[in-house]
This record gives sequence, structure tokens and C-alpha cells, in this order.
Amino acid sequence: MNLLSLSWKNIVNKPLSMTLSLVLFGLGVGLISLLLLLNTQLEEKFEANLAGIDLVIGAKGSPLQLILSSMYHIDSPTGNVSIAEVKPFLNPKHPLIKTAVPLSLGDSYKGYRIVGTTPEFVDLYEGRPAQGEVFEHTMEVTLGATVAAALELETGSTFQSSHGFVQDDNLIHDHETPFTVVGVLEPTGSVVDQLILTNTQSVWAVHGHEAGAAEAEEEHEHEEGEAHDHEHEQEAVKPLTEYPDEDITSLLIRFKGRNFQALNMQRSINENTDMQAATPAIEINRLYNLIGVGAEALRWLAIIIVIVSGLSIFISLYSSLRDRRYELALMRTMGGSRGFLFGMIILEGLILAVLGYAIGISLSHLGMEALAGNLSDSYRYTFTGWRFLSEEWLLLAGALGIGFVAAILPAIQASRTDIHKTLAEG
Amino acid sequence: MQSVGALSGIHYLHLQIASAIGNNNADNLYLLFKHASFYDVLNYAYFTGKAKKRSTMLQTQNLTYTYTGGSPIKFPDFRCEKNEHWLLLGQSGTGKTTLLHLLGGLLTPTSGDVSVDGTSLPALGQGQLDKFRGRRIGIIFQEAHFVKALTVGENLLLAQKLAGVRPDKSRAEELLGRLNLNNKFAKKPEQLSVGERQRVAIARALVNRPSVILADEPTSALDDHNCQEVATLLAEQANMAEATLLIVTHDNRLKERFAKRIELND
Repeated sequence: MNLLSLSWKNIVNKPLSMTLSLVLFGLGVGLISLLLLLNTQLEEKFEANLAGIDLVIGAKGSPLQLILSSMYHIDSPTGNVSIAEVKPFLNPKHPLIKTAVPLSLGDSYKGYRIVGTTPEFVDLYEGRPAQGEVFEHTMEVTLGATVAAALELETGSTFQSSHGFVQDDNLIHDHETPFTVVGVLEPTGSVVDQLILTNTQSVWAVHGHEAGAAEAEEEHEHEEGEAHDHEHEQEAVKPLTEYPDEDITSLLIRFKGRNFQALNMQRSINENTDMQAATPAIEINRLYNLIGVGAEALRWLAIIIVIVSGLSIFISLYSSLRDRRYELALMRTMGGSRGFLFGMIILEGLILAVLGYAIGISLSHLGMEALAGNLSDSYRYTFTGWRFLSEEWLLLAGALGIGFVAAILPAIQASRTDIHKTLAEG
Repeated sequence: MQSVGALSGIHYLHLQIASAIGNNNADNLYLLFKHASFYDVLNYAYFTGKAKKRSTMLQTQNLTYTYTGGSPIKFPDFRCEKNEHWLLLGQSGTGKTTLLHLLGGLLTPTSGDVSVDGTSLPALGQGQLDKFRGRRIGIIFQEAHFVKALTVGENLLLAQKLAGVRPDKSRAEELLGRLNLNNKFAKKPEQLSVGERQRVAIARALVNRPSVILADEPTSALDDHNCQEVATLLAEQANMAEATLLIVTHDNRLKERFAKRIELND
């Protein structure tokens, strides 16, 4: 019969009066924890996908849209730019640029985006093949880990891509040669896990074939078709600069060093060309600021709920003292010190806080897991409810603090029980 | 008789010396021999030893209590020896409950002294008084109240825990058995009848083997049958525990059974 079990039994004995406090406390803690989980996993996603990219070059439009579509693959592309326009940046001897990776977007397979790029893209995100190899020739694809698992594809599988980002049977490309999986990447924790990678020429080939129906471009498209056939004979892929008339969606750039000239390049592109250049870090910060207002409001709401629930714990403890006046006096006559009664009530507050915390954490993690499927679809990133953050320990400390504060007045009241008066009144 | 006293005196002196040495307190040891002849020390030790062994369990001297704004209530001096059973009688308003609470250390007297088994209660600090009360004084109230969240057995164990005694389940079970409550250990107090509850209250008062048992109108809520039963149990159990029993009552049914009385008048 120790203090802890005594406090516990006091709570369990009157479960109804404590339920409201517990539910409120659980809701508040759960909301805060859910926000923490979402925020952390979103920020992690944005961080992981920065991948050291200093600049994204693409068609004019919203810079945020360019970043979201080219780096996070969650928005539509801004448009296309021609190889001729970006040719200078693709020059390996460019004095400022260390890496320039072209992207061609617009197709998908069963909701997973197909990215036409170069094998360097895989290096940007530090991807390594778990099986097979990184694509090299046209119509070869390498899958991100999540795609392979979700679509149950493996090396040797083939498929037809679809135009646009949503699966629509009417939009399936009717290309003669299907895509062939040549490799699957290890999980990277970045957006690559959710992508289907192939070379730029494959994307052109697929669209060329489709456009081949259009008479005006018949000849040109036919050439493309030929090129595509050649690649199946393992002919070396020509550099993109050989196709000045073709388009790509955007270019991911890593600078050799972040110096004045490099920074100037962005302004120069924006002012002097029909293209735009955007800095990922700046755009993402802008995005944080935009969604931050909502998150901030929710956080305050959660804090208010927790405070109200603390108040409700205070009230239920305080009113329970009236019912237990005689008990408290009795415990004093049996030798219980003032400190014992004080400790007992404080412990009841702490137990309620811990219970509320447990309810809240369970709610948030189960909720996160339930949301994970939806979120993964719309954010191209795997979310999970089974991650526990160090901040949750802080949250526990905060919960205990509130339990303590809520219990302190009732505890003082209990420790001051006037034995004689209470017992004499019977 | 003399030789036994002398023996215990020497024994006591040895203890004093041993404790002085044990405490590494050379000054004490020195003072012990400097200011007193060996005979004095022996004599002092003999009477102290005897005082410790005396059998007065409950004693009051010039006891008064004043409620805020009220006039002082004066209580008669009395002493109750070991194994004696007393009734404290008086009309309502004569301060019976006040006296009981003074005797139980639940209330601090305005003046005068209460001593239980040689220990003056007003002289104890709050923490010491709580522990002393828990161990040495068993109190039974008019209505048996319990910690509602706990079972009968747990209430007894709690009484041990609160008094700083090691909780002993077999002691609790033995007591319940003695009071004919064998299968009530795991019952909640509210599931018991009034008579049973009063018996559990007796068990709780006895669980720490107190020297003094104070009962405040223990039978007023009981019918004749239960009243006689509780009175018998109280007397029996007090005898078995070698404790002094003091019952505060205005219940005429008890007057026939207990000869020693303290009467309070207006």
C-alpha cells in the first residue's frame, strides 16, 4: 500500500469525474504531438530533397511552383524550355556550375511520376541500386524503392507510361516498346523513392511516337522513333546538346562554390532570358512562412486546450476533496503527515497528466499512421505514425508540469485539513 | 525488589556509558562522572528506569482548551493505568469530543499537559506527533469512516503504512479473523453492514498494537445486539493488546459494563 497505488486507486475509484479532464488533456497533447510529427516529417522531407541543389532553371512562372514541381514533384511543371536555351548550362566546362541535371516531367505510371533525366540525378540524391543498375539506354527505367514495392515491379518488368500525373486509361501512351525496369534503388528517404527514372530521350521517344500521328511533325517524330530503336541495339546515348530543338522541363544546378558570380547568375537569367531561375532554400522558406500561420494557430489552439484541461483537473481534484474530507482527516489520525496528504494529491494530478499524455500520444501516432497513406500520395514522401521524437519527452515534461500546477492548490488544501473540526462535524 | 531496581539501574548506567562511547561523545562521558558521584548516577538511573516502566498510560494535568471566541473549557485531571477500561461520560456540550481529541493528539491544548505512556503530547513536534499517534493511539469514531477507494484489508494496511509500521498482511488478516470478519479482506467498506464496519474500525485501531485505545461514541449508531457485541469486542481486544481503553459515551447501555468513569460537567 504505497503512495502511488493509493493515488491510483483514488482516481480509479471515481473514473467518471476524471474522464472529461482526461479526454481534454489527451486531445490537447494529441494535437500538439500530431503537429510536431507532421512538422518534423515535412521539414525532413524538404531538407532531404534539397540535395545540395543551388538553383533550378525552368520556364517562366511561379518560382515556388518551379521548385515544387522540379524538386518535390508535387505540383505541375511551369512549362518547357528548349535545349538551345539551356545549352550553356549543360556545358561541362562552365566555370561556375559543378553539376547540371536536366528534368523532363509530365508522364506517370499508375500515379507515380516518370522523370526523364540523366544518371547524375541518382547521384544528387545519393541513390544506390539495390538490385540491377541505373538506367543508361532509352526506354530503360530505374525505380525508386517505394514505387517498386507499391507496384510490385522488379528488374525485367515492363510497362506503358501514361500522359499526365493521374492514371487515366485514355491517356496511356501507345508506344511500341514498353519501358523495361533495369534496376531498383535502395530507399533514400528522399523524393527519389517515389519516382520512376529514365533518360530524357525516353520521354521524347514516348511523346514522339504519340505525336507521330500528327502529320505536321511526322518526319521528325519518325527520326525519334528510329533513335529509340537504335538504343535497343545498345548504341551509346548522345548528349542532350545534340538535340537543340527538343524541350526539357527544368535544370537542377549545383554550383562549384557559392560566390558572388554564382548568385549573380540567378538575377541574370531572370532578367535577360525567357527562363526563370529559383533558389530552393528561399522558396521553401517562403512556403514555411505561408503554411506556418495555420500551424501556429493550431498550436495555440492545442495549448489552450491543454490549459483548459489542466483547469479541469484542478476543479475535479478540488471538488473530490470535499467528498474526501473525512478520509483525509482519518489518514491524519492514523499517523499520516501533512506531507503524505500533499504528496497523495500531487501524485493524483501527475497520474492524470501521465494518463492524458498517454492518450494524447496514442491518438497522435494512430492519427498520423491513418493519415500517412493520404499524405504519402500528396507529398511524394513516406510518412509514418511509428516515429517517436525527442520533443515528445519535452511534451511529457510539460504535461507533468501542468499536472503538478493543477494539483498544487488542492494538495495544499488537503495538507491543511483540520482534523479536529472535520471529525467533530462527523 | 531493591535488588531488581539496582540491577536495572546498573543496566541503565551501562547503557548511558555505552551510548556516550558509541556516540564518540567524550564530553558527555566526562560530564557524567565529573558532576555526579557514582551513587548519584546510579540513583538517577534507577528512578529514570523506573519512570520508564511505570504503568500510567494516560494522564492529564490542568488541561484547558479555548475555542476562538469561546470561554476556556477546563478538564479534570485523571490518570488511567495499563489494562484499565474507562468511560468518559457527560452531557453533550461538555467537551467530550474535545477532550478525546486532546487525548488523541488531534488538538493541541491551550494549557496543561496530556501524556500517553509517559510521553507528553504537546511537547512533540507535528511530524513526531503524527507518527506517535499512528503507532501508540488507536482511535475509533462514532461512524466508521474509511478510505473509500480501498478494500477493508487495504484500509488496515494503510493504517500500518501511515504509522510507519511495516505493512503486515498476516497481522491484518489475523485481526479480521479475531473480529469475525474472515472473508471481508477484499470487500469494499460500503459493502459491509453498519455493525461489520464498526468491527473493521476496531480492527484498524488495533492493527499497530497501540498502548491506548480511544473510542468516540462507538455504539451510538448500533442496535442493542451490535452495541453489546462491540462493547465486548472492545474490552476483549483491549485486554488482549494490553492497552488502556477509554470510551467516550452517553450511551446508558455501556454504563452497566464499565466501572471506572470520568464525568464531565458544565
